[in-house]
Amino acid sequence: MNLSRRQFLKLTTSGIGATSLGALGFAPDRVLADVRNFKLASTTQTRNTCPYCSVGCGILMYGLGDRSKNARLRLVHIEGDPDHPVNRGTLCPKGASLLDFVNSPHRLKFPEYRAPGSSEWQRVTWEWALDRIARLMKDDRDKNFIAKNAAGVPVNRWTSVGMLAASASSNESGYLTHKVFRAMGMTALDNQARV
Amino acid sequence: MTNHWADIKNANVIIVMGGNPAEAHPCGFKWVTEAKAHNKARLIVVDPRFTRTAAVADQFVQIRPGTDIAFLGGVMNYLLSNDAIQHDYVKAYTNASFIVRADFTFDDGLFSGYDEAGRKYDKASWTYELGPDGFAKVDPTLQDPRCVYQLLKKHYSRYTPEMVSSITGAKQEEFLQVCKTIASTAPADRTMTSLYALGWTQHSVGSQNIRSMAMIQLLLGNMGMAGGGVNALRGHSNIQGLTDLGVLSDLLPGYLTIPKETDKDLDAYLAPRTLKPLRPGQMSYWQNYPKFFVSLQKAWWGEAATKENQFAYEYLPKLDKLYDLLAVFDLMHQGKVNGYICQGFNPLASAPNKAKVIDGLSKLKFLVVIDPLVTETSTFWRNAGEFNPVEPSKIETEVFRLPSTCFAEEDGSLTNSSRWLQWHFKGAEPPGEAKTDLEIVGELFGRIRRLYAKEGGTFPDPIVKLTWPYAIASAPSAEEVAREYNGWALADLPDPKDKTKILVKRGDQLTTFGQLTDDGSTAAGCWIYTGSYTDKNNMARRETADPSGLGLAPAWAWAWPLNRRVLYNAASCDPTGKPWDPRRTLVKWNGEKWVGADVPDFKVDQPPESGMAPFIMNPEGVGRLFGADKMAEGPFPEHYEPFESPLARNPMHEKPVASTNPAARIYAEDKAALGTAEHFPYAATTYRLTEHFHFWTKHARIPAVLQPEQFVEIGEALAKEKGIRDGERIKVRSNRGEIVAKAVVTKRIRPLTVAGKTVHTVGIPIHWGFEGLTKPGYLANTLTPFVGDANVQTPEFKAFLVNVEKLGVA
Ligand code: SF4
Repeated sequence: MNLSRRQFLKLTTSGIGATSLGALGFAPDRVLADVRNFKLASTTQTRNTCPYCSVGCGILMYGLGDRSKNARLRLVHIEGDPDHPVNRGTLCPKGASLLDFVNSPHRLKFPEYRAPGSSEWQRVTWEWALDRIARLMKDDRDKNFIAKNAAGVPVNRWTSVGMLAASASSNESGYLTHKVFRAMGMTALDNQARV
Repeated sequence: MTNHWADIKNANVIIVMGGNPAEAHPCGFKWVTEAKAHNKARLIVVDPRFTRTAAVADQFVQIRPGTDIAFLGGVMNYLLSNDAIQHDYVKAYTNASFIVRADFTFDDGLFSGYDEAGRKYDKASWTYELGPDGFAKVDPTLQDPRCVYQLLKKHYSRYTPEMVSSITGAKQEEFLQVCKTIASTAPADRTMTSLYALGWTQHSVGSQNIRSMAMIQLLLGNMGMAGGGVNALRGHSNIQGLTDLGVLSDLLPGYLTIPKETDKDLDAYLAPRTLKPLRPGQMSYWQNYPKFFVSLQKAWWGEAATKENQFAYEYLPKLDKLYDLLAVFDLMHQGKVNGYICQGFNPLASAPNKAKVIDGLSKLKFLVVIDPLVTETSTFWRNAGEFNPVEPSKIETEVFRLPSTCFAEEDGSLTNSSRWLQWHFKGAEPPGEAKTDLEIVGELFGRIRRLYAKEGGTFPDPIVKLTWPYAIASAPSAEEVAREYNGWALADLPDPKDKTKILVKRGDQLTTFGQLTDDGSTAAGCWIYTGSYTDKNNMARRETADPSGLGLAPAWAWAWPLNRRVLYNAASCDPTGKPWDPRRTLVKWNGEKWVGADVPDFKVDQPPESGMAPFIMNPEGVGRLFGADKMAEGPFPEHYEPFESPLARNPMHEKPVASTNPAARIYAEDKAALGTAEHFPYAATTYRLTEHFHFWTKHARIPAVLQPEQFVEIGEALAKEKGIRDGERIKVRSNRGEIVAKAVVTKRIRPLTVAGKTVHTVGIPIHWGFEGLTKPGYLANTLTPFVGDANVQTPEFKAFLVNVEKLGVA
């Protein structure tokens, strides 16, 4: 028997207690999570994992906004996911204060540029920044790409531009990053696993 | 991890060395508490500091930073000389019986084949005697003086309790008590788990620290067992994932390797990597290397990767040398790097020797920083007074800073240290104009590709022909990318048992890497992740059931490989296929096939009597006590002093070159920047606090309030000697730089007697910098040396030398 949260709530309010359901052998999904749901009844719940350490604690994020087109989702609360087999609802001081990371005054909001010799940032558009980076990269690759080594063996490597990839970003981002930059022949590609 | 977080509860003994999970992995540490409370487990902590993990330990032993191998070598000596090993396991599942080549030697700290000028070994002798059949010779009685077991005994007989104590500073009685507890897990029905993190990796001998423990676990029969294993706790939330995906300078996805320039063509590349069995009847799973590699090439270059063009082998770069982070920052320092991209990475804080990193970044033409937060790297050109005394007008680097989303604002998966790929969902809109990393990479690549299509340029083929099967080219979705690394069939795949049947239809997602082919009929971007995204997204699974009671939670998320929760689990059974300990039944042979609560790590229909051994990735089929030619500095871990050591020489060796790791790379300038004990008498180690994550949480208000100000930890004895009071500002200097911070005087670090000399240890937490909501501080890497592990080049942050000076009250 697979019960959604709503079904479970209906069942329990219609008189069958959670314990007697358990005794009947029904193990509803997310029992513990549902109890917490009352105080956050008007919010949207989203499952996520803590991005800090490699324990990978499960978290529940509560946001204002109902995912309709013009409502901007904004988080108001984050707590441990009680169903998660490792953290079982707990979070450490880092995970428990995740909302302060999301809402940090030091979040970057716009592309910025610092010109040679300058001591300040200037706000730029994505278009401008990406066009210029693409140009700088292509020009450098065209100029410094090593097609063959001294012995005439094809080696197709680009060693003069490098990259460090993010090991707190997703697998999908890591995979795409690897695919794109390796295809350019980049050799100096590492991530935090190296340090 | 070979095992997983909840599995810790199954252990009888837990040894934490090179880590501090109570503070650095708090919610995972609950499983240690669980083991203590419900399994009467004993917790041993061996560390240079009395950490909060140590505070709940049954036994804590303080050692000098960088002496773990001396300690563990001593443990091996104890186990071997007291015969406290699991004999049947060692005989059947390790290379103890293998005969080593006659010309393999070890003398005064050096193995055979050393080239002092090149600081490397010719490893030809580091291998087995082969018989006329091409298989390794063995002596099942373990009596042959050239067998691994005898060589191992001889090698570690030098690690006497006296020697261990003299090098590490631990008292002999304490050390012997630890040995006894560890030895208590030699019986088949008792296990020990080992937990480690960066306290083991960040050494010039980091890889060998870990190998030492792997050898102990093999001797005790603890590999493959529930409650056993060698468990890397790891650092960042997706450090496991990025490693699996091979986003490293010498790797490709799934632990495939980047070709070297000596691998002239596809055959030359594949031959040495397609490992044939070294013993009869062994699986040697890397025999399938070509299938994994060709499927990767098909995922990346699709129809442009054909049999005729060697599946686009030419498109991959070929290495002439290593381009690891240290090597690249050295090249930058020499002015040989023009551009650099930092995606969610703050190297100014996390690479060693800040002065060298600043110098390197200042020589770049352009730097691109992609991050959700302000990082010191992005503002390396900013004068932040004493904390970053640079002159912006003299720094010609163009810097771009691009805002990316954070976890809460995107979909995707992260792989935790249990090897679980856990999917997460977007729950908030990003601030301002921030974009996901997928979008940023997609947009940038689209631009570069269009420039190549329009203008041509150098070797455009791998760029213009790269597969890009995403609905919105500038913004690939996480699902699309996940389906790609999982892989799909490019043609109908026939059932190998009955060729008239189709196993997987063209275009369908693959369910196991067993379906991969080397003829171009499958595409898979990361073979070990095949199975994660089949007809549904298995990473998003949320079943909490744990039918075995061993904590496997087999339907929660998805673990690589093939949803297997404990690696090498076939070794949890004896050679007849019966579990060594019925209470820990992960898998077993039921007479017809392997079954169990976990996914068997074995050929599912292979009878155990066939003699196939459980370490199926190794050509030997067994675990390696003798590491053969796999490591840079030798087949047996040996104690080498840190590059900065309070001792003038290694107490174990006469030869100066064997004082420190003889195979570790160090550049001349960095060697010159090493300090000596005469000027920098104190051993130092960096560490993390529970309230902070690296240089990241200082931008979040609560953590910034909880640990608002930089400090350095010193012991009471040193404080007294120097007249330093708790809370007073002190200067800490290394030969590379100095920092000023508050002194926290504790009982947690005692002076040790090492080789007859008193050695104090200084603890340096790393979390502050010149950006953030905390009080500004110095980046701790102002102090650290630019030298790394000989195998993987991880910097030696956990053992170096400093001096400490009193400054007066702030
Ligand atoms: S809540 Fe703490 S223990 Fe859990 S993943 Fe986050 S940082 Fe790690």
